Amino acid sequence: MRPQIEFSYGGDASVKRPELNKEISDQEWDDFVYNRKSLRGKHLELWQHISGCRQWIKVERDTATHEIFKTFKADEEVA
Amino acid sequence: MSQDFRLDSVGLINRDKKLSFKFNGKKYFGYEGDTLASALLANGVHLVGRSFKYHRPRGFFGAGVDEPYAIVQLYRNNETEPNIKATEQELFDGLEAKSVNCWPSVNFDIGAINNFLKIFLPAGFYYKTFMWPKSFWYRIYEPFIRKAAGLGVASTKHDKERYEHKYEYCDLLIAGSGPSGLSSAYAAAKNGAKVILAEDKPRFGGSLLTDDVNIGNQSGKDWAEGIIAELKTMPNVVVKNRSQIFGYYDHNMLVMSEKVSDHLPKTKKYHPNKRLWYIRAKEVLISSGSIERPIVFGNNDTPGVMLSSAAKEYLKVYGVLVGKNPLIFTNNDSGYETAIEFQKHGVQPTVLDSRKNPESEIIDEAKSLGINIKNSYVVVAAQGYKKVKSADVASISDDKKQLGKIENIKCDCICVSGFWTPSIHLASQSGNKTKFKEEIDAFVPGISKQQETTLGAANGVFSLEETLQTSFSKGSELSKKITGNDNEVSIPNVVEKKFSKHDKFWCVPLPAGKNYKRFLDFQNDVAVSDIEIALKEGYRSIEHVKRYTTLGMATDQGKTSNLNGLQLVSEIENKIVPAVGHTTFRPPYTPISIGAIVGREVGKHSKPTRKSPMHAWHEKNNAVFVDAGVWLRPRYYKRGNENLFEGSKREAKNVRTNVGVCDVTTLGKIDIKGPDAAELLNRVYTNAWLKLPVGKARYGVMLREDGIVMDDGTTTRISENHYHMTTTTAQAANVLSHLEYYLQLVWPELNVNVVSTTEQWAGAAIAGPKSRNVLQKLFPNLDVSNEGLPFMGYLEGDLFGVKARIFRISFSGELAYEVNVESDNGNFMWEKIMEVGEDFKIQPYGTEALSTLRIEMGHVAGSELDGRTIPYDNSLEGLVSKKKDFIGKRSLQRSAFTAEDRQKIVGVVPLDKKTSIPEGSHLVKDDKAPLPNPKLGHISASCWSVEYDNPFSLAILKDGKNMIGEKLFAMSPLKNKVIPVEIVSSHYVDPKGERVRS
Repeated sequence: MRPQIEFSYGGDASVKRPELNKEISDQEWDDFVYNRKSLRGKHLELWQHISGCRQWIKVERDTATHEIFKTFKADEEVA
Repeated sequence: MSQDFRLDSVGLINRDKKLSFKFNGKKYFGYEGDTLASALLANGVHLVGRSFKYHRPRGFFGAGVDEPYAIVQLYRNNETEPNIKATEQELFDGLEAKSVNCWPSVNFDIGAINNFLKIFLPAGFYYKTFMWPKSFWYRIYEPFIRKAAGLGVASTKHDKERYEHKYEYCDLLIAGSGPSGLSSAYAAAKNGAKVILAEDKPRFGGSLLTDDVNIGNQSGKDWAEGIIAELKTMPNVVVKNRSQIFGYYDHNMLVMSEKVSDHLPKTKKYHPNKRLWYIRAKEVLISSGSIERPIVFGNNDTPGVMLSSAAKEYLKVYGVLVGKNPLIFTNNDSGYETAIEFQKHGVQPTVLDSRKNPESEIIDEAKSLGINIKNSYVVVAAQGYKKVKSADVASISDDKKQLGKIENIKCDCICVSGFWTPSIHLASQSGNKTKFKEEIDAFVPGISKQQETTLGAANGVFSLEETLQTSFSKGSELSKKITGNDNEVSIPNVVEKKFSKHDKFWCVPLPAGKNYKRFLDFQNDVAVSDIEIALKEGYRSIEHVKRYTTLGMATDQGKTSNLNGLQLVSEIENKIVPAVGHTTFRPPYTPISIGAIVGREVGKHSKPTRKSPMHAWHEKNNAVFVDAGVWLRPRYYKRGNENLFEGSKREAKNVRTNVGVCDVTTLGKIDIKGPDAAELLNRVYTNAWLKLPVGKARYGVMLREDGIVMDDGTTTRISENHYHMTTTTAQAANVLSHLEYYLQLVWPELNVNVVSTTEQWAGAAIAGPKSRNVLQKLFPNLDVSNEGLPFMGYLEGDLFGVKARIFRISFSGELAYEVNVESDNGNFMWEKIMEVGEDFKIQPYGTEALSTLRIEMGHVAGSELDGRTIPYDNSLEGLVSKKKDFIGKRSLQRSAFTAEDRQKIVGVVPLDKKTSIPEGSHLVKDDKAPLPNPKLGHISASCWSVEYDNPFSLAILKDGKNMIGEKLFAMSPLKNKVIPVEIVSSHYVDPKGERVRS
């Protein structure tokens, strides 16, 4: 187990960046840049191991209890 | 001075070692093993402070962590520490302490007038009274309240003590070394589990030190000593005294503060003052015991009124009598234990028991000893101001509503027992939803949230036998699960007295015509009447009542007051206590030194100090340094008596006329390699990158996805698939993370690697009209002419045997070059530059001159790229590609970003050409307009233009492109300045950019 201070939070991991050069509505872009659900409960998050291997990882975490259920590598499909 | 209240031979103190100490300037003595509290009590000192709100006299109420009153300012080894509990501070020779909360002295306190005001300061008093008139708050009310209130004074000096942090892992962490903690620790240790046993007091044993019990045919205290001695010999066990587990966090991590040196006159060499332990435990056993709760009655805060268990502890552990004519007021059998101890040591107590006909073994014993016991009797009020002199007592009806005739009996202390409150703080902090246990009128832990188990009195189990049985078996069970061992430990036989049921009675009614203050919270002076007012005013939630009245919000966190407060609310609201619920327990359980929390991360240890390879040279040449992120950079090189303004002006002027050299090692550098490197740059930067030839540099701006400028810098194509990116000093780490984010998560198909090389390269910027001459001398074999190395060109060269990279880039706006060599050669390079530059009057320049040069050129930096501006705002829109997509491009279509009157960077010159404009000043149309005066923009950076010898500033101004030539006012309320200004182009010097290409 690594201490939390080695990691840096990187936001909601379920957000997908729209493809480059794609026509996209204001609403879709706003949803990507700004609109986030403030979930209570299970949440898929991005964290970077900044004081370590520099990998970005996905972490399934409970926002209320801080329980961590599962972690995924950056390129791993979330099961 | 003789110790009138010390018994001859009782207690665990070391009578061979006398210690002298001072309290409020007066000299006393005590013994090794005393606390400051026990030593003062031995000397008959009961008045130790004044209360927070009314400044009423305060004595001792407890004997440990629950103490609400006896908070002192401690002086030790020329340091001072506030808010020390006298009941926890161990005595050492030469200790000095003073009362807090009293002014001018503890015996005569002006604030005590609050106490005699007709109307007491009621609940919410500060909220209601000091709100009007508003202007009075800062000038009159606040300073007064601050002077009169507050506990202790923090030292303003640098703390010379050292505090350590330690990380530890164990199978079982056990909080508390009372009967339950010892049993479970012993059982687990025998199974080979890795155990940490923590005790907050200096002595192990908890209640076994004071209770009259027998375990395994020896006294409880002897049994505890035996167990501890054995545990200490076991390699898999760590036992720690003076160690308070104060916080239970996620993932079964607990934090413990170990007082390593507080009991010594001086911290030993190489020892820390305190050590903070971060402990991750597989299982946590909470054996934190229980705290006696008071019964509420009139003037129950008078010095001399204290918990009956505390009186017993002072007697049995320290051999101190808290009084010679004690009155015991109880609603349960615990009060009798204290009475019996008094009686055994030649002091005749009187017991008032609120119960009608209690019967038990211990009561029989008290009776047989001839103790005077009055049943259905209560203390109505304590009498005496600075010390209890007598008590008004009365009989009470069976329904506890009617008092009989009031009698006054003489006494010098009142020992109160209102039964026991389990210490459920740690369990609650772990997320355990507590439940109310009717039989004991208190909350106990419910279903465990994390891997935690609460045992013994903390779990509401007050029978020693049951505690030992459950604790031994839990220790065995949990350790067996972890280690697989199953070593039988036999549970010793227990002899203890059986207690009868306590009386559900917690507050004595006011007698007719009397208006005694009956306190619930002793540290924050919250009385029964305050809660009543709060409820009358409509506060319902216990969390709101708490905040409005400050009940339980003092530094003792309501250890003795919470439950009585809840009882009161439930009674008035006609709800049962569990429906009212309790307020949230939060760490820390008890105040922890800030120093311990910070640990070693102070001063130079708070962050790494990065120094460039040329640092020693800068130091030798009188550089005045400035913090730039984590780096130390020369701000200017002081000559003679020059100040910052004069020095930086000289340096900047020399760059404009001759040549200067600046250490730019701190710039962020990222090495980018891979066949898709150009594609990555093309997506990250706003301008086009696919056609940059090898050997050329390009300036680029990168955005966040929301369209705001993130950073700028130049990137150079070193070879086909190899680029060298530079970032600003401040954003270096963020830019690297940004690139890694896109490469790892968004575009993993790009075949690119990025790595920080900031510290691998030392950099020197050589700037000024004579910089080419210097460069030619550095690289005599290279063609560094305008054709051989044009603006934004790149060459590799040999600098007197050292491999160097040469970039023709400029931040100063002059003809300039940046030379990079491997860090180890940095100083060599620097000295060579100074050496060959001498003929051309080269001078080193610092960050202040660097700023001046870039400001008057209108080059943007961190103060413009402040996280609120888009490329247009910085006049960088020319670098925004219309053809290709890039990070953040779509956001630039936002209507606010494309508004006609969008803010833009401009130059600002004061009309008098003399007055420097403070950075952060607001630009307004009319300096006399009524407030709030509409702000048109702000000054982002200011300098003294060396080119024109007058002040010049940059500003981000609304509709900036149409404002050139306008006259505005720069207002700085902070500096109390109003300066008439003219708006000019941000490119104040060399607007066509001819110099960099010359």
